[in-house]
Amino acid sequence: MIRVVLPAHLRTLAGLNGEVKVEVAGPVTLAAVVEALEAGYPMLRGTIRDQVSHRRRAFLRFFACEEDLSHQSPDTPLPEAVATGAEPLLVVGAMAGG
Amino acid sequence: MSRVRVLVGTRKGAFVLTADGKRERWDVSGPHFGGWEIYHLKGSPADPNRLYASQSSGWFGQVIQRSSDGGKTWEAVGNKFAYDGPTGTHQWYDGTPHPWEFARVWHLEPAPSDPDTIYAGVEDAALFRSTDGGQTWQELSGLRTHPSGPLWQPGAGGMCLHTILLDPRHPGRIFVAISAAGAFRSDDAGATWRPINKGLVSEQIPNHTAEVGHCVHRIAQHRSRPDTLFMQKHWDVMRSDDAGESWREVSGNLPTDFGFPIDVHAHEPDTVYVVPIKSDSEHYPPDGKLRVYRSRTGGQEWEALTKGLPQANCYVNVLRDAMAVDALDPCGVYFGTTGGQVYASASAGDTWAPIVEHLPAVVSVEVQTLS
Repeated sequence: MIRVVLPAHLRTLAGLNGEVKVEVAGPVTLAAVVEALEAGYPMLRGTIRDQVSHRRRAFLRFFACEEDLSHQSPDTPLPEAVATGAEPLLVVGAMAGG
Repeated sequence: MSRVRVLVGTRKGAFVLTADGKRERWDVSGPHFGGWEIYHLKGSPADPNRLYASQSSGWFGQVIQRSSDGGKTWEAVGNKFAYDGPTGTHQWYDGTPHPWEFARVWHLEPAPSDPDTIYAGVEDAALFRSTDGGQTWQELSGLRTHPSGPLWQPGAGGMCLHTILLDPRHPGRIFVAISAAGAFRSDDAGATWRPINKGLVSEQIPNHTAEVGHCVHRIAQHRSRPDTLFMQKHWDVMRSDDAGESWREVSGNLPTDFGFPIDVHAHEPDTVYVVPIKSDSEHYPPDGKLRVYRSRTGGQEWEALTKGLPQANCYVNVLRDAMAVDALDPCGVYFGTTGGQVYASASAGDTWAPIVEHLPAVVSVEVQTLS
């Protein structure tokens, strides 16, 4: 079970309170987690990554275990602590705007 | 008794304003989708409880929301706006080729007879259609792939398709307008398109009378006379009486012919409303006076409508999609400002009063007349 913390606006959009938990079959990568999120919550499609190019939206970042994972390949395995559910994957909106 | 429902899109959410036919006491609900930019909301003429909203964010991209109960509850529907085939390039601000990139939906236009059919005008400019209530979207790519496409260039606000008029008399005829490409018409339900900009003169482009490149801000049409179109261009208020084949200027005695919205009275096809703005670099009313101008002669002769509007120290703007009319008698006219006011006139513009005054900057205003 993978734990994901979404920004407030995406929690509202998906009707979620607090963390969301998703199951991933196979290697636990960023792409697999986002895929599982989008499958469980179709309203999130396009809000984290572009639906056509699958590029991360520019003003979002992926953090886990005090590291910025945003720039690594989406197919890179996530840290073991995320894969085991010990630590959450954080989807974070950039500090900008009002 | 009739009622009206005013749908207001703002920089930080949507608001729904309702009143009975007297239009004196208003109920304000919202914000819906608080914190998101709501470029446009519009109801289906075929089912007034079916509403669509364009919800967008610099962080999270585009979401389309749909309501089946007049805006009380909403559900997110499809938001995949994928250009059909190779995207090609348009001109960037510096004149270099730039690939088409989807940014947001500026305008939603539900079809008159089917609540599940809706058109979306997007940035970078293209027209999409859904026939399943917004679940899936297909591009009408004949517009974007018009041979003039590589010459289109964004205005300061982006290269947006902001106006969609579905001709009530000629099946399959659609008008659209793009900043800064100009106006286009299809006579075959969106399969093929041609520019309709003859008569437009724009000093901001090298060839002032070019076939494309004009910064059209808005086009309005009266349903009873669909071949007559009124246009607010970057500068100039224009009129066509031949479905856009040719245009002539009708700015007449306006204090300035720069502006964004334009609309037509619900029952008088020659009564037209604009909101003059000082200039292209000073987006506020001249002399600090917020004045709607009305022509009862289809242009040229304009009168200032000021009763109830601030006549000193007012420096707001009224954006292109932020004016609408209801279908009651007398006709109601509504507009929203970047200062967060929504003004209404239940007397065709003779007198005005604010419905609400402290919203986020208003981007769009639409009105539904409900029986």
